[in-house]
Amino acid sequence: MSETVISVRNLTKRFGDFTAVNNISFDVYQGEIFGFLGANGAGKTTAMRMLCGLSYPTSGSGTVAGFNVMREGEMIKRHIGYMSQRFSLYNTLTVGENIKLFAGIYGLSKQVTAKRSDELLARLKFSSERNTLVKALPLGWKQKLAFAIAGIHRPEIIFLDEPTGGVDPVTRRQFWEMIYEAAEGGTTIFVTTHYMDEAEYCSRVSIMVDGEVRALDTPTRLKQQFNAGSMDEVFRMLARDAQRGE
Amino acid sequence: MPGQWMKSFACWPAMHKEESKVMKNNLFALVKKESLHILRDKRTMLIVILIPVVLIVLFGFAISTEVNNVNVAVVAPDRTNGVNDAVNRIAHNDYFTFCGYINQDQIDQQLRSGKVSAVIVFAPDFDRRLEQIYAGLPSTPIIQLIVDASDVNSAGAATAYMQEILLGTASQQAMFETRMLFNPQMKSAYNFVPGIMGLIFILVCAMMTSVSIVREKEVGTMEVLLVSPMRPTKVFFAKMIPYFVISCVVLIIILLLSYYLLHVPMSGGVWGIFSMSLLYVLLSLSLGLLVSIVVKTQVAALLLSGMVMMLPMLLLSGMLFPIENFPKFFEVLSNVVPARWYIEGIRKMMIQGSPFVAVWKEFAILLGMTVIFFGVSLIKFNDKLE
Repeated sequence: MSETVISVRNLTKRFGDFTAVNNISFDVYQGEIFGFLGANGAGKTTAMRMLCGLSYPTSGSGTVAGFNVMREGEMIKRHIGYMSQRFSLYNTLTVGENIKLFAGIYGLSKQVTAKRSDELLARLKFSSERNTLVKALPLGWKQKLAFAIAGIHRPEIIFLDEPTGGVDPVTRRQFWEMIYEAAEGGTTIFVTTHYMDEAEYCSRVSIMVDGEVRALDTPTRLKQQFNAGSMDEVFRMLARDAQRGE
Repeated sequence: MPGQWMKSFACWPAMHKEESKVMKNNLFALVKKESLHILRDKRTMLIVILIPVVLIVLFGFAISTEVNNVNVAVVAPDRTNGVNDAVNRIAHNDYFTFCGYINQDQIDQQLRSGKVSAVIVFAPDFDRRLEQIYAGLPSTPIIQLIVDASDVNSAGAATAYMQEILLGTASQQAMFETRMLFNPQMKSAYNFVPGIMGLIFILVCAMMTSVSIVREKEVGTMEVLLVSPMRPTKVFFAKMIPYFVISCVVLIIILLLSYYLLHVPMSGGVWGIFSMSLLYVLLSLSLGLLVSIVVKTQVAALLLSGMVMMLPMLLLSGMLFPIENFPKFFEVLSNVVPARWYIEGIRKMMIQGSPFVAVWKEFAILLGMTVIFFGVSLIKFNDKLE
């Protein structure tokens, strides 16, 4: 079995009386594509924010990339990449400038930045677009570029928050190919999504309902366990019992 | 073992250095991004540079509370030497236009139609009674001024000025000797320049920074910055630096324009004016920061910095209306308007020629406000993170 890169135990986050995340525990292994599912309001985003070092848990413990989620948020941030459902690049900058900006934010040297941005553009077949304003790119391209840039500092884990929202099926397919490629290279992918066909692509899937992790396994075994034909059915069965609304 | 201790100890400073270099790098990367963003937005850039110029020229030349070209008619039953002498003075004055003699019964109609805005009525027997006055004998008034006061300000100014001109005729033993200090020509541009400065920096700093931060929140890029190892406070500093630079450019433009175009004296020393303005810029930036933390959308940011901050600033800062004339409540309220202190300080230095030490009170108040606003926004911001 590979190394554990995310490990949380009894992680809980309360906002006043409201328990957004209730006692969740799980492990994520290196090179995995870990699908993190849940209906809106199930506590996905809160859980993910804690793992990214953006907010501190109320109780529980855990490590991300070897750093403590209770205390070492700043160190975690150095070792992860992040791409959000909303657009995460700067429209008024060119493709090249966006790459340089994020390389600069993560403190990469000039030489490394130059090398990696050439590589990145070549891999995406974007070399001719280096000086194009990001604004002018089609959405699918932007998302691919955003994903590539999220990995510019070679993080151990990349968090993807509904990365394919609003993207056409062909581009989604291509996007997932990129995710596979990154995972094969040893990067762990932690992805939230609303598309159940995408859940099938994941190595393992966890499903959150009402702030708790109700199911966690490979898609195949989850389907067996719930005696369902697709992940969509599994998800519906679990989400049906949800107490919390939107 | 000791060797290893030494080794791990020795690597500390090196690591520290490496760390600080990284931090500088990423701050610079963000500042560069922000600057590129501002520079590419040509329209906004143009507005920021153009607004001060337009405002200065507008307030300096077009909008003025000075009396100019006041049309004056004269009613004089006897056109004696004394009357001619007085009318000549009015006619030869640049501020007044002499529109001829009219009859007593035309006064009302002339004023109502707007043909003239003032009528000077000389008493019959003007010369003889003038002599009585010269001789020191008691006398009833011999000149009546009838002024269209629908515009209170210019009516007041015109009246005062006419009195001054006519007084030369009416009494040589002038009872008052009036001297207008600091602004002998009573140029209204002098008064407006500090006000415009107070307005523009709020506009450039508070409004633009808050909108630009909130835009990143809306678009989602702020999230990405916060997940990066970049410290949140640094994200804000990176936002503030380019606007600070723009404000300096705007400040220099305003100072040059007011000195060379409007001939504002600035006798209190340019450096004093400069430091006071930079402090005010910092204050406006902190205000912008505060706004950006409180609101969620760009529209709200615009409304808050535009309406809630700019309007009271315009009305309560003493830019348009003198604070001494406020009702007590508003006078007290004006104390918390930063622009009030800034405008007061700048007025002293620019027009009265007071040295920097004379405005220490205004400076200290602005400094205090800056510290408070900045502190509150940092605390608020850290709260939001949790």
